[in-house]
Amino acid sequence: MLLTRGERRRGIAWGLMSFASIALFVAIAVVALLSWDADGAQSRLFTAYTWRILRFTLWQAMLSTLLSVGLALPVALALARRPDFPCRTWIVRLLALPMGLPVLIGALGLIGIWGRQGLINGLLLTLGLDQPISIYGLSGILLAHVFFNLPLATRLLLAALERQPAEYWLLSASLGMKPLSVFRFVEWPAVKNVIPGIGALVFMLCATSFTLVLLLGGGPAATTLEVAIYQSLRFDFDPPRAVALALLQIVITGVILLGMALLPTPDDPGAASGRTSRRFDGQALSVRLWDSFAILAATVFLIMPLASILAAGLRANLWNLASSAAFLTAAWTSFSIALSAGMLTIVTALAIIAGREAVADMKKPAASARGFAAMLAGTSSLVLLVPPVVLGTGWFLVLRPLGDVGRFAPLLVAVINMLMALPFVMRVLEPAIETHRQRTARLSASLGLSGPSRLWHIDLPVLLKPLATALSFAMALSLGDLGAVALFGSNDLVTLPWLVYSRLSSYRTNDADGLALMLGIICLLLTILGTTGRRGAENG
Amino acid sequence: MRNIILSMFAAAAALSLYTVAHAQDKTLTVYTYESFLSDWGPGPKVKEAFEKTCACNVKFVGVADGVALLTRLKLEGQDTDADLALGLDTNLVSEAKVTGLFDAHGLDLAAVKVPGSYSDDTFVPYDYGHFAVVYDTEAMKNPPKSLRELVDGDPSQKIAIEDPRTSTPGLGLLLWVKSVYGDKAPEAWAKLKNRILTVAPGWSEAYGLFTKGEVPMVFSYTTSPAYHMVEEKTERYQAASFAEGHYIQIEVAGILKGASEKELAKEFLKFMVSPAFQDIIPTTNWMMPAAKISGALPDAFNKLVQPQKTFLMGSDEVARNRQAWIDEWLTAMSMN
Repeated sequence: MLLTRGERRRGIAWGLMSFASIALFVAIAVVALLSWDADGAQSRLFTAYTWRILRFTLWQAMLSTLLSVGLALPVALALARRPDFPCRTWIVRLLALPMGLPVLIGALGLIGIWGRQGLINGLLLTLGLDQPISIYGLSGILLAHVFFNLPLATRLLLAALERQPAEYWLLSASLGMKPLSVFRFVEWPAVKNVIPGIGALVFMLCATSFTLVLLLGGGPAATTLEVAIYQSLRFDFDPPRAVALALLQIVITGVILLGMALLPTPDDPGAASGRTSRRFDGQALSVRLWDSFAILAATVFLIMPLASILAAGLRANLWNLASSAAFLTAAWTSFSIALSAGMLTIVTALAIIAGREAVADMKKPAASARGFAAMLAGTSSLVLLVPPVVLGTGWFLVLRPLGDVGRFAPLLVAVINMLMALPFVMRVLEPAIETHRQRTARLSASLGLSGPSRLWHIDLPVLLKPLATALSFAMALSLGDLGAVALFGSNDLVTLPWLVYSRLSSYRTNDADGLALMLGIICLLLTILGTTGRRGAENG
Repeated sequence: MRNIILSMFAAAAALSLYTVAHAQDKTLTVYTYESFLSDWGPGPKVKEAFEKTCACNVKFVGVADGVALLTRLKLEGQDTDADLALGLDTNLVSEAKVTGLFDAHGLDLAAVKVPGSYSDDTFVPYDYGHFAVVYDTEAMKNPPKSLRELVDGDPSQKIAIEDPRTSTPGLGLLLWVKSVYGDKAPEAWAKLKNRILTVAPGWSEAYGLFTKGEVPMVFSYTTSPAYHMVEEKTERYQAASFAEGHYIQIEVAGILKGASEKELAKEFLKFMVSPAFQDIIPTTNWMMPAAKISGALPDAFNKLVQPQKTFLMGSDEVARNRQAWIDEWLTAMSMN
């Protein structure tokens, strides 16, 4: 009972407000979808095309998951076994890079390496192979999904392996266990529990993948639900089909989320790089060679596209590009949307946290209060259930009768970006604020500090850093996002990713490469700012 | 107090002066497809030529391709900024009229000469061309000699096509296949699918892939090789002549009902069928002119494939069936 009654009431009010606005925003979109010409949508739901898209969505997600997790396992095992591998810290950091890279930019890098004119096909052609590998269609989608998700899976698996007590390794060495036995008795039990959670996470990411499929799909045969929704609005202007697909999408994500909730969640990879235990096993040459191969192969696989972005980007006339009117307008639009989205995210997250704090502070919270706190936590992840394209579609239908949708577009994009960033920002801010409260709540209560003076003297100095972290994280996400803007992008609303995409699709690749490099660097810097700040907040 | 009133007067005067100055600088907003606006396309030259005659500004707004242009106008509805839409084709005319967004032009179009002497009270043709598969002679020794050969040919020799949901060439191919195969079109698509490298949203994208060497064939026009002959002095890229005949595209422009500059838009349509505009078309849009040009066509145009038979579906028939045929196409193309 460290909050005054007024504070608690205000906290609840804030929580209620944020809950109400998010729920309303999502609900309006969903209701608009449901009430739009339901008959038409129903007839569109049961077509061969719809079912093929559904099947392809799930099929590619399953293959992507199997490949990402399956390939991540040997890499994680190797990295865990080799705490002294040269540049290991940098390799582990490299694993964090694709997460911070806008998907669009990563895809460009992949095309640079794996495209028809890319490095790999050039190599294969000189080796006498006459059939180039195609990056369009299923193979390209899988490749790209592995590029983005293998590092994530590796980090999560590595974290699980590194949590094993050092004594286990010592013991297994003194028992003279062979690598296979070590795997069976020490390593497997460690990863076995997290694999389903990781798998579900990767599956979720791949099943809702938008940008990669849009770019690399190459036709109706390789289309996911998200892309099909986008196409049925932007290509056909066929709202009933968009509605049918959007509803199908909600059902699918709902089922996956339910599955995920039942599985143990893998731990945050933030802590992965720190602890390493001394390992005594795997000294045989063959094992050493295998580990080096696994680590190097993964490193090369990840570095090549990044290097290609850099190389291609530097070839473009960066200065001309950066001073062109198109770039400056897009940069300004992107920046204002990102800043609004970032600020909105922070305010909403703080409101949600205030609400949860107020409930936690009650001596005996009623079931309704506890339910409210849980609901608030769920609200912050609502965007996972109702993906951006679906939200966009719903709001599109709501706003259309009011006139030009383009006028509302920047605001909508900012709000949708806010919802997308919210789950991540909550994970940064909530622990930081919780720790801070535990440390200072009693003190400030005993000093009688409350309201603005507490905010100014106690909260702000400490929380400034996690707040900045959360802001930069949310901004990076918004700056790199193509999903929300794709529905509304027009000549009047051009963000940086939209500019890259339109340059790319008119095959002015040189421009696209240069823009991609600039955007990629901005986003990576923001993310790095975000993650280092976060580690500081956790340790400090 | 007097100061305030004075300054308000001054502000009002300045404002009205500003409006007057602006009124003389009328702006004609034209929605068109991307490739019309590229640096080498007709857009820049057309803008310059028309602005000389009209004391106005021409503002072009680019959309991926012709079908996307119609979709965009449907999306924007009555509130669209467009005064003029340039780049639909005759296949889309009925569907465009049904939207009620277009206004009759009321012009005498005796100058227009296109195959089948097409004429319409709402849309004015500005160029035409026959669709064709264009191939790279260095990558392909035996190009298909008919649509059937294209469908049945070696699936490792790929083609880039356009999406019929966004692009008029894409729609053209859909209608061409329908004209030749009729009810068997889905089977033809299911087979052709294996030869398709990618379905691009617009012509520029598909053609870009082709010239970059990503794919040996692209769906384009019989006139496309003229570009390479004139501008690049090479005969490397050729159109394949198809035994069944070629589907024709007549590109049209129309005035929007909600246009704020309706008179100016009419002026533009008149200008569009005059030699000043038509002279620009063959060597920038690389299509056949729809009216008299002042000189002769470049020599390269004599070396092009001359289709023996021409397909063109009635616009009403297209409007009635487009959705169903696109569904059919999607179903065939999404087969794994």
